[in-house]
Amino acid sequence: MPIFIDRRLNPKDKSLGNRQRFLRRAREDLKRSIRDGIRSGKISDADSAQAVVLPKKGTDEPRFKEAKNTGRREHILPGNKHFSPGDRLPKPGGGAGMTSSPSTDESEDDFRFVLSREEVLDLFFEDLELPDMVKLNLKEILAFRPRRAGFAATGSPTNINVGRTMRNSLGRRIALKRPKRQDIDAICREVAELEAGPQTLIIRERIAALKTEIERMKRRQRLIAYVDPVDIRFNRFEARPVPNANAVMFCLMDVSGSMGEREKDLAKRFFVLLHLFLKRRYDRTEIVFIRHTHEAQEVDEETFFYSTQSGGTVVSTALEKMHQIVSERYPSSEWNIYAAQASDGDNVVADSQRCIALLDQEIMRLCQYYAYVEIIDERERHIFGTTENGTSLWQAYSLVNEKWPNFQMTRIAEATDIYPVFRQLFTKQVKARTN
Amino acid sequence: MNTTSCGSNLLFSRSDWDFGTLSRAFDTIERDALEELNLDIHPVQMEIISSEQMLDAYSSIGMPLMYRHWSFGKHFLHHELLYRKGGRGLAYEIVINSNPCIVYLMEENTMALQALVIAHAALGHNHFFKNNYLFKEWTDASSILSYLDFAKTYIARCEERHGLSAVEDILDTAHALMEQGVFRYRRPPKRSLEKQRQNLRGRLDYEERSYNDLWRTLPPAKGESPADENESKIAERRKSLQLPEENLLYFLEKNSLILEPWQREILRIVRVIAQYFYPQRQTQVMNEGCATFVHYTVMNALFDRGFISEGAMLEILSNHSNVIFQPAFDDPRFSGINPYALGLDIMQDIKRISTAPTDEDRDWFPQIAGNGDWRGTLLDAWANHRDESFIRQYLSPALIRKWRLFQLSDTASEPHYEVASIHNERGYQQIRAALAHSYDIGANRSDIQVVDVDLLGDRHLRLEHKVTDGILLEHSSCEATLRHIRKLWGYQVSLVGVDGHTGAKIYERVSE
Repeated sequence: MPIFIDRRLNPKDKSLGNRQRFLRRAREDLKRSIRDGIRSGKISDADSAQAVVLPKKGTDEPRFKEAKNTGRREHILPGNKHFSPGDRLPKPGGGAGMTSSPSTDESEDDFRFVLSREEVLDLFFEDLELPDMVKLNLKEILAFRPRRAGFAATGSPTNINVGRTMRNSLGRRIALKRPKRQDIDAICREVAELEAGPQTLIIRERIAALKTEIERMKRRQRLIAYVDPVDIRFNRFEARPVPNANAVMFCLMDVSGSMGEREKDLAKRFFVLLHLFLKRRYDRTEIVFIRHTHEAQEVDEETFFYSTQSGGTVVSTALEKMHQIVSERYPSSEWNIYAAQASDGDNVVADSQRCIALLDQEIMRLCQYYAYVEIIDERERHIFGTTENGTSLWQAYSLVNEKWPNFQMTRIAEATDIYPVFRQLFTKQVKARTN
Repeated sequence: MNTTSCGSNLLFSRSDWDFGTLSRAFDTIERDALEELNLDIHPVQMEIISSEQMLDAYSSIGMPLMYRHWSFGKHFLHHELLYRKGGRGLAYEIVINSNPCIVYLMEENTMALQALVIAHAALGHNHFFKNNYLFKEWTDASSILSYLDFAKTYIARCEERHGLSAVEDILDTAHALMEQGVFRYRRPPKRSLEKQRQNLRGRLDYEERSYNDLWRTLPPAKGESPADENESKIAERRKSLQLPEENLLYFLEKNSLILEPWQREILRIVRVIAQYFYPQRQTQVMNEGCATFVHYTVMNALFDRGFISEGAMLEILSNHSNVIFQPAFDDPRFSGINPYALGLDIMQDIKRISTAPTDEDRDWFPQIAGNGDWRGTLLDAWANHRDESFIRQYLSPALIRKWRLFQLSDTASEPHYEVASIHNERGYQQIRAALAHSYDIGANRSDIQVVDVDLLGDRHLRLEHKVTDGILLEHSSCEATLRHIRKLWGYQVSLVGVDGHTGAKIYERVSE
């Protein structure tokens, strides 16, 4: 009699520790793979579970191996059909498997596997210190939502609470002894029976008495209403503030000729970060892409990042477009509005004043947060990095920045800047609020 | 015996299994196998696992307990990928050479398959593990699980104390040398410290007693140059370190000057595990052949006696023939010789030779041809051979003809292969010898040994690679492995390739 052990209920993830160690080992490659994925993929997919390709190189296990193309070997193979000793066979060019010696090595080329959402985010935010980010507290516009709160004696007819009303009505009817219909019906039946029978004096008197009784009851019934206005109760609603769970993110980008691949890539990464951030805070996030040259268009993501358009640069068109979309589709009472604008700072000179006016008077009041990211050349960094000097747009926006605490602006020259900048944008706001 | 005439005595009638049926099937199969084939087995412990757990077991080289290392995670992902894509099925079972013998059964198997697997693993492999001389001598079935348990907790404790990456570094280097971490030709020296001290004391005693100052005054003999002296010093040194040493991990564990005690212990763990698996690698054909022979024989016997229905038998045979499928060399599915098929065929051939030999068999196998005792012959073969000697001993011309084996010479410098021998009178011996040789792991694995190190001087560790048939080492992986050795040794390491026959130096690599 053998021993049987049912192991099926044992914890399954026995190899989880090994998986974690492997991911740690392959961290650099995985990170690169994820970044590539984010660069080429959609913004909204950035934090989903991802299949990553892992190159064999980073994780091979070296050992002394025989070089395939040296020396002399003897192979024994089955299935000879027509060879005799001394026959010569040309070697296949690509070293096809036909005469390879029986090998137990498994080919472990680059292989794909799926990382879970948490693993992706861990790797993506690894040096971005996500926990600190989550702690940051953004101000949230409160929306009001009616909630049931007991009953009221007044209200609109649509809110009548039938159950409660009928309960009151029943109680009142019992208290005031309103005659029941079946009682009246019973007496009526009795009268009918008596009238059908032989008419004696006693019976006639009895009939008359019953009829007055019926009269009395009917009168009483009329006086005491079945449902009286005092019975009626209405559902009462109270407007309770609820945190707004929707966010819309506007991505504004200059797509004129001066924005090259590098600039767009940097901008995209910034947008990705902001989107991930918002997604963690809000139940529902939407993204609106607005690109502009001398005129602005709302476009889809593909077009936003990958198609170019020629033309001048008039930034205010994008702001106008945004304002228009907000007022059409995203009332600020229901939506938290975030905007991120990426540009290389070019603008038609006369337009900057208009931008200031638009932001100051319209947009900043609607927006939860407005981030302006100026993408500059690496060589320009040491010129612009510290000073307040800059492009016309930068100078114009500096004025807005002074006035509105939820307006932030910064410069990015290379990919490594993005996270610090992102962090700085958010921490700064907290300080501004606590001051 | 359960041979009641009325009703059916089928072991099972449905394809679903339950523990009652499994237990009944095991009892019948065991009784039958022990009577029919005179097997001798460890007690069996059967564990039912899910496919997920089977993948887990795969990734930790089939052992139920294993320390944690990233490479196992990598293998897990690799197997999982193949399995999920449907590129490869999972094994139906895994059997572990331990006492009691642990057999993993997949829950997805049908009852017919479970019966097949029980016969294959719980009896076939189990018998082989218990009786083959290599396993008897080299592995200790009763203690492997507790050793692995120790290894796992020890390494986990090291990780806690010294950090993940420090432990990972050591394991990486140890894994790189795993193939050079076994004793191929001798047992590990088991001298206790006490005995060693006794020997030393005895030697000093003797030297004191036989000391004679006169020897010191002798003038040096003529013709003894300083070079000779140097050489004798080297010889002395090598003797004291017991060089040359083929087990690199053992040498580094015992002699490296820079390792901490816990690092030595980890090297030891990896080395012990490598040694545990070494017999399995030398007996793949025999082990699988034995298990396949047992399940085939037992299942047929049970079918003949009506324990197994025709439908179930068809399922069993279909699985059986999938397992022993051997495509020809020019078939796209060909990936080397199938050890199940080769093992089973040789064993069935042995049965044929001992019961119905031809004249040719009488010439080739005078000692077993027609002896009629095929059970005894097989039991003897299973007990006393490894793949190489088994093939050298028992591969018959009839089987070479059946398989149409031929020998192909492959010289790297030439643009063509040459057919060296085929299944004819002149070729039989050569094919048999070459096939046997290809299963001799000791001879096929690159022979790399520690030959010299001057512990009092520059501590330069010298390794020697005996090049056979001009087969060199792959450059990049060799460099990387040398770097690993250097990490363990701490000082300069060099590898010299010398020709196995002439002793001429072919190449030299130094890891600074």
